[in-house]
Amino acid sequence: MSVTDGVARSGPPVAGLALPRASVRTRLLTAVGGFGTLAAAACILAPLLGTTEISLARVFDRSIPFQDNVDAQIFFVARLPRVLAAALVGSTLASAGVVFQAMLRNPLATPFTLGVSAGASLGAMLVIVLGGTLATGALAFGPFTPVAAASLAGAAMAASLVYWLATRRGYAMSTSVLLLAGVTLNSFFSALIMFVQYIADFTQVYRAARWLMGDLDVGGFGALGSALPLVLVAFALFARLPSSLNLLSLGDDAAAARGVDVVRAQRLAFFSASLATSAAVSLAGPIGFVGIVVPHLVRLIVGVDHRVVLPAAALFGAAFLVLCDLVARTLLAPVEIPVGVVTAMIGGPFFLWLLVRRG
Amino acid sequence: MSLTAAGVSYNYGRRAGVGPVPALAGVSLHVARGSLAGLLGPNGCGKTTLLKLLAGVLRPAEGQVSLDGQPLQRLSRRAVARRIAVVPQETHPAFDYTALEMVLMGRHPHLGAFALEGPADLAIAAEALEATGTAHLAHRNYMTLSGGEKQRVVIASALAQSPDVLLLDEPTASLDLGYQLDVASLLRRLNRDRGVTMVLATHDLNLAASLCDSLVLLREGRVLADGTTSDVLTAAMVRRLYDVEADVRLHQEAGHLTVVPVGRRP
Repeated sequence: MSVTDGVARSGPPVAGLALPRASVRTRLLTAVGGFGTLAAAACILAPLLGTTEISLARVFDRSIPFQDNVDAQIFFVARLPRVLAAALVGSTLASAGVVFQAMLRNPLATPFTLGVSAGASLGAMLVIVLGGTLATGALAFGPFTPVAAASLAGAAMAASLVYWLATRRGYAMSTSVLLLAGVTLNSFFSALIMFVQYIADFTQVYRAARWLMGDLDVGGFGALGSALPLVLVAFALFARLPSSLNLLSLGDDAAAARGVDVVRAQRLAFFSASLATSAAVSLAGPIGFVGIVVPHLVRLIVGVDHRVVLPAAALFGAAFLVLCDLVARTLLAPVEIPVGVVTAMIGGPFFLWLLVRRG
Repeated sequence: MSLTAAGVSYNYGRRAGVGPVPALAGVSLHVARGSLAGLLGPNGCGKTTLLKLLAGVLRPAEGQVSLDGQPLQRLSRRAVARRIAVVPQETHPAFDYTALEMVLMGRHPHLGAFALEGPADLAIAAEALEATGTAHLAHRNYMTLSGGEKQRVVIASALAQSPDVLLLDEPTASLDLGYQLDVASLLRRLNRDRGVTMVLATHDLNLAASLCDSLVLLREGRVLADGTTSDVLTAAMVRRLYDVEADVRLHQEAGHLTVVPVGRRP
């Protein structure tokens, strides 16, 4: 013991930032305070910026009636729903990413790894392309548009299929089967999506392609309101997960030996993260990279304890996508860049950097 | 405290056409309070499976494991983990936890669903780090530690569970000679000073001879022999257990039996 202990003791004191020494309570409060402020600031400031300049004072000037207050109309009608959609989707995808990464014990997993988003996309494509020929209006389910309802159905189908494959051999989920089944389903659904686009006409192909790029212009508070309950259910389930996620990321047996009901925790993680992903994709299309960039950035700042990472990622995810969408709206104004392109421009190189850094 | 397995059987999932693959068949054993029992047997004899059954991580197909007469099946996972901790062969976390974070995870069964660890838990974790000689590693990234340091941190994590029983699966398997001795003396100390009951699965007969007061010999999922180390660890038993001719004798200086394999039995 003596030799190596001596080496370890005489070694340099370990650099502090990524290795938090404060108690988990302090770190949690600091992270929620910091990232919460960031998210709130982004949500308030982003609607002020855009092609038309508006002033915050005029927006909230009660002396001008709303129908005459152009600034208020731009703020509340044109921009706020979109900013809130970005916050909701960013928050949802980032936390789903954290959950999937811990559950699959793979830091490079994303909310889209298991094929949920590909299933959702296939559902949306079918409605967009066959919309003219079928009475797809009948597909509208409750408050959801036909496209959103179909993408939710597609996501549910993909998640059920993956779940069935991964639990077929026993009652515990096999993470390796989950990953392989997810990768396979992703390719398979992509092929079907290509086929559906191939038989579509040009306007349909454009709509389909536009949907696949991700679009936060949800057109008002209605669509937000329909996705919100699903997200709230997912988040309520997420709240039960963090300490189990810490232990699941050590391995099933290690988690079980420390008192985690592994089967229950895995099911809860899979179901809640799939629900969150479905809700986000049905609202705004498959916006990539948020679910991996945000969790990793958060880990670099707050460490890897999921009791801090999960709430921090939920808040930072909101801020991140609001800012990405701001770039999308303003960088080449009046031309808008699809927000999925912006997140990919940031996320792609970041993902590669992570791979190199880990290697 | 006593940990008892009574007629325990376990099968691994069915393979096409073969039916269930038996891993353990009718295994019974009794681990008394404060004892340090060794579990020996060739590869694939069911040592790891038996440890998982003893930990309540797997449920037996037949028979039952009980702690102080209470069947583990009737206790929640959390309740079992408050009393029985496991040190696996290797632990590979998917994220860069610090050694302290790894050890604090041992407090999980003692915390409520939404509770965060408090000063009392930190004190227990600090003591576990101290007891395993890893306090100076507390803020190091677990993945960057050497094999011996990792194993001691994992033992500290198990100690932080404040268990009555510690189940260890080849805790010295990937360690060099010096670390093997370190871990052995650590286990001996924990057993003597803290009265932690231990079950240790190992391939290292000399480690078992130096450490364990009783041995259970497993072969092909059944108990071959069971008794005090000096009774069970004989050349004849080594032959029956591993098909290996060995010279077993008391080493005067070391003060325990030593086993020197001589050759494979023809």
